[in-house]
Amino acid sequence: MELFGVPLQALLGQLMLGLVNGSFYAVLSLGLAVIFGMLNIINFAHGALYMMGAYVAWIALTYFQLGYWESLLLAPLVVGAFGMVIERALLQWLYKLDHLYGLLLTFGIALVIEGTYRYFFGVSGQPYPVPVQLEGATNLGFMILPNYRAWVVLASTAVCLATWFLIERTRLGAYLRAGTENPRLVQAFGVNVPLMITLTYGFGVGLAAFAGVLAAPVIQVSPLMGSHLIVVVFAVVVIGGMGSILGSIATGLGLGVIEGLTKVFYPEASNTVVFVIMALVLLVRPAGLFGREK
Amino acid sequence: MLKLDLDRAAYLVFLVAAAAAPFFVYPVLAMKILCFALFACAFNLLLGFTGLLSFGHAAFLGSAAYATGYAMTRWAVTPEIGIAFGTLIATALGAVFGGLAIRRQGIYFAMITLALAQMVYFFCLQAPITGGEDGLQGVPRGALFGLIDLGNDTAMYYFVLAVFLGGFWIVHRTVHSPFGQVLKAIRENEPRALSLGYTVDRYKLLAFVLSAALSGLAGATETLVMGFATLTDVHWSTSGEVVLMTLVGGVGTMLGPVVGAIVITALQSELADKVGPWVTVIMGAIFIANVLAFRRGIIGELAARLGSRP
Repeated sequence: MELFGVPLQALLGQLMLGLVNGSFYAVLSLGLAVIFGMLNIINFAHGALYMMGAYVAWIALTYFQLGYWESLLLAPLVVGAFGMVIERALLQWLYKLDHLYGLLLTFGIALVIEGTYRYFFGVSGQPYPVPVQLEGATNLGFMILPNYRAWVVLASTAVCLATWFLIERTRLGAYLRAGTENPRLVQAFGVNVPLMITLTYGFGVGLAAFAGVLAAPVIQVSPLMGSHLIVVVFAVVVIGGMGSILGSIATGLGLGVIEGLTKVFYPEASNTVVFVIMALVLLVRPAGLFGREK
Repeated sequence: MLKLDLDRAAYLVFLVAAAAAPFFVYPVLAMKILCFALFACAFNLLLGFTGLLSFGHAAFLGSAAYATGYAMTRWAVTPEIGIAFGTLIATALGAVFGGLAIRRQGIYFAMITLALAQMVYFFCLQAPITGGEDGLQGVPRGALFGLIDLGNDTAMYYFVLAVFLGGFWIVHRTVHSPFGQVLKAIRENEPRALSLGYTVDRYKLLAFVLSAALSGLAGATETLVMGFATLTDVHWSTSGEVVLMTLVGGVGTMLGPVVGAIVITALQSELADKVGPWVTVIMGAIFIANVLAFRRGIIGELAARLGSRP
């Protein structure tokens, strides 16, 4: 069976891969948006911390025989704790300064993390096995669906929706949104805003580490895996705008799919299609698809 | 008055040091420093004097480097034509990227320039004319105006110095012109500049294009010095390096980027053999230290100390 001269199986396969990439975009851009809302910092280290999450899983398996499911819980906690140390030690001194300093500082942090991992692990990728429960593929009749890829999309979407629920529908989320709007007033009501900021950063980078563990079996674990991704995620953030949580989930998944389709029809452009879309969005709707111009 | 004389004295010291440099420093290193100094000055025109943080300036350095390399190897033109061609390409690219990026402000501006520059990186990686992973190798220096052989390192050095001084003079003239005053007004308070009737977007775009053109000039010259154009020239890490140079030297000062370029380039060439992969970590640590404790940079700090004296 063919569609536009492309075998349907190949088309759906790429579409699925696109959704997998899109899930990573969604989880990472969501983390960036949550952090930016509370800290007013664009976290350039997000890609490095995503890479760190994948390495926590790899190290846990290689040296401590801890499997995938343990890592899925462990990596966000370890990286989240590391993030909170960074926030207390470095980021907290910048909140009164121009936003650009936050970008520059986290860029420096990204360089330090990436360089350290490159020293210990080289630049070549390490394979990470798919967990046994998710090995193999399911025949859906019209396509063969690899189980692990389906899991990645489901798990990321679930985490994104849970984050949305946490922020938009719970009391803690209400504090958070109020803190984003007016931290001083919230502090005056007796909420420990600095603690909230630290936890928010830990949560945001924990999300990145979660995506890193999900990515480990799909792509090879390498110190360089985060630095390209973060640039694409920045473009995703520009396209979607950081105003809406559901918006950033939709934008991430959508762009992953578009990228997957580009791989089928015009492979040469698959690396750049997201940037081209960003340029087009800037021309038509500079604030981003879901953004609010301030 | 004293401030002005200090400036003059500093310029003079630098000029003498630059003229004498090839007798004390490995000429290729000295030339590389000059190219990066020009690159950092061009970048500083945007960050320091207009308040726009571009995280994609490698695109202009690199596209000019490739264009010049291509013109020199394929068309066998003289170096001044090759450099002009490279600069032209970077200028055109600057007009396109600038037009897009100035539609957003602050943090978004930085992310947009970074993303657009990544497009240039992938173009250079994939296009048939750029040599993929190898880049363009064996770019000849040629003879300036067909007369002066630049294969000689000393002749090449003074040519590069002349290019640098020309570029530096343009930045200096721009900053100290009425146009530069408007740029500074935009940096300090964009809504006010807008309400005073200045077409802010046009000023920003012009500053961006000028900065891109000078970055291109630096990249084109660097290709002639090194004899190659590679993916490093268009990589985001190069964009980060020029930010670091400007930051270390002092954002918004005339000589800061020059000092920053000297410090960072010399440090990198010194450390590369000794510590290998740790260079990235050290650069990152300098970034962190700079942002946290040393935001004025070397020259900014000096100026503040000297200026505060009665």
